[in-house]
Amino acid sequence: MSLSLQARKLACERDDRWLFEDLDLDIQAGEIVRIEGPNGSGKTTLLKILSGQLADYQGELFWNGIPMRDARQAFLESLLYLGHAPGVKGALTPLENLTWYQALAGERDNEAARLAALESVGLVGFEDVPAGQLSAGQQRRVALARLELTPRPLWVLDEPFTAIDRDGVAALEERLIVHARAGGCVLVTTHHELRNTDKLRRVHLGRGGQPHVGF
Amino acid sequence: MSGSESHLSVNDDRSVSRREPGGGLAVALWATLRRDLTLLMRRRSEVLNPLVFFALVITLFPIGISPDPQLLATIAPGLLWVAALLAALLSLDSLFRGDYDDGSLEQLLLTPQSLPMLVMAKVAVHWLLTGLPLALMAPVLGIMLSLPAGSYLILALSLALGTASLSLIGAIGAALTVGLSRGGVLLSLLVLPLYIPVLIFGAGAVQAAILGDGAMAHLAILGALLALALMLAPWAIAASLRISING
Repeated sequence: MSLSLQARKLACERDDRWLFEDLDLDIQAGEIVRIEGPNGSGKTTLLKILSGQLADYQGELFWNGIPMRDARQAFLESLLYLGHAPGVKGALTPLENLTWYQALAGERDNEAARLAALESVGLVGFEDVPAGQLSAGQQRRVALARLELTPRPLWVLDEPFTAIDRDGVAALEERLIVHARAGGCVLVTTHHELRNTDKLRRVHLGRGGQPHVGF
Repeated sequence: MSGSESHLSVNDDRSVSRREPGGGLAVALWATLRRDLTLLMRRRSEVLNPLVFFALVITLFPIGISPDPQLLATIAPGLLWVAALLAALLSLDSLFRGDYDDGSLEQLLLTPQSLPMLVMAKVAVHWLLTGLPLALMAPVLGIMLSLPAGSYLILALSLALGTASLSLIGAIGAALTVGLSRGGVLLSLLVLPLYIPVLIFGAGAVQAAILGDGAMAHLAILGALLALALMLAPWAIAASLRISING
């Protein structure tokens, strides 16, 4: 499977401060890349740049060797991004929330797939409860159900472990590894230590300094 | 978890071979329409607010000015149109606000579907639940202002056409100000100048109907404005949303 996301000489400035400079990244299929750093070091900004949401940066991005500007459509069709905010509507039930995401991904309406996705994140019995009445962790799980619902090779996850309980964290960790082994690719920011991962790479963002990239 | 392996291989085919956008887009549009309608039907106060505002303003005028039917009939077209315009403006700020706050807007921008088309679904919902009810309500309020008989149909028609343009133009402003915590005033300042042509021809249509001139010319211009807005606004809204998310 051809899948690569490359960044060349990436630099981003916010409020007269360089979050990172000269960042070279080469992400291949089967890798989990963990972006780490203290609060305010630009982890979320980097993820937004790498997922094509921010245009305010220097440097170049390539998707499968093609400049991001030309490959945008193919890139978006391969991307699943989960942001800081879960993107779950409190007034809608988890099933209704997933209906929208399923349709946005261009897939046919399939209730069995939605129920299976909710089951995989342990929300059986909560399908028809308005998401606003669920706990923060359960709302996060609704968002995580999209990982099963709309399979995409590239996952970009911003703090996916927030508000998730210990068993859920272990299951999600396992899920990320399975995804990478199957040829997918995961970009994740988290303060949580990822264990049992053979192909984990780390990108450390400091305060204004040079980013450290390594295994 | 051998299941995920097969998932991925299916998915791989999909990312390599570009799908026909047609079918997927129609599904996404329909789902967005349904989702937004469901959301607004569950928060009825947001739908009722502009309608109540419209009714209150119109009921207060005869009390505040004079109950003289002749005087009221003179100012009725402009009054009904200004009140409806402000009511539509009032509801604009929340058009993208909720989606921005809970992260759905990011997701909307990251879909492989055409963003201008998807925002059109959102604008259509705004018009269906704001502009259309305002247009249907206006003749009833026209009675209160002793609007001459015979101009009711033109009033409703001009408002239905006009508020569609207002929703489209207003959505550009709403998209530009969604990133600001208090964008309300700025939104009004941005959007009001663009509302003026719609107001002139909308109120003009009703006035012409009262005077017995044909209102068709005015309605045709309102239709032309709507066609222009339909053509340009989707792209402007999509670009504005991208700018707002960037900031």
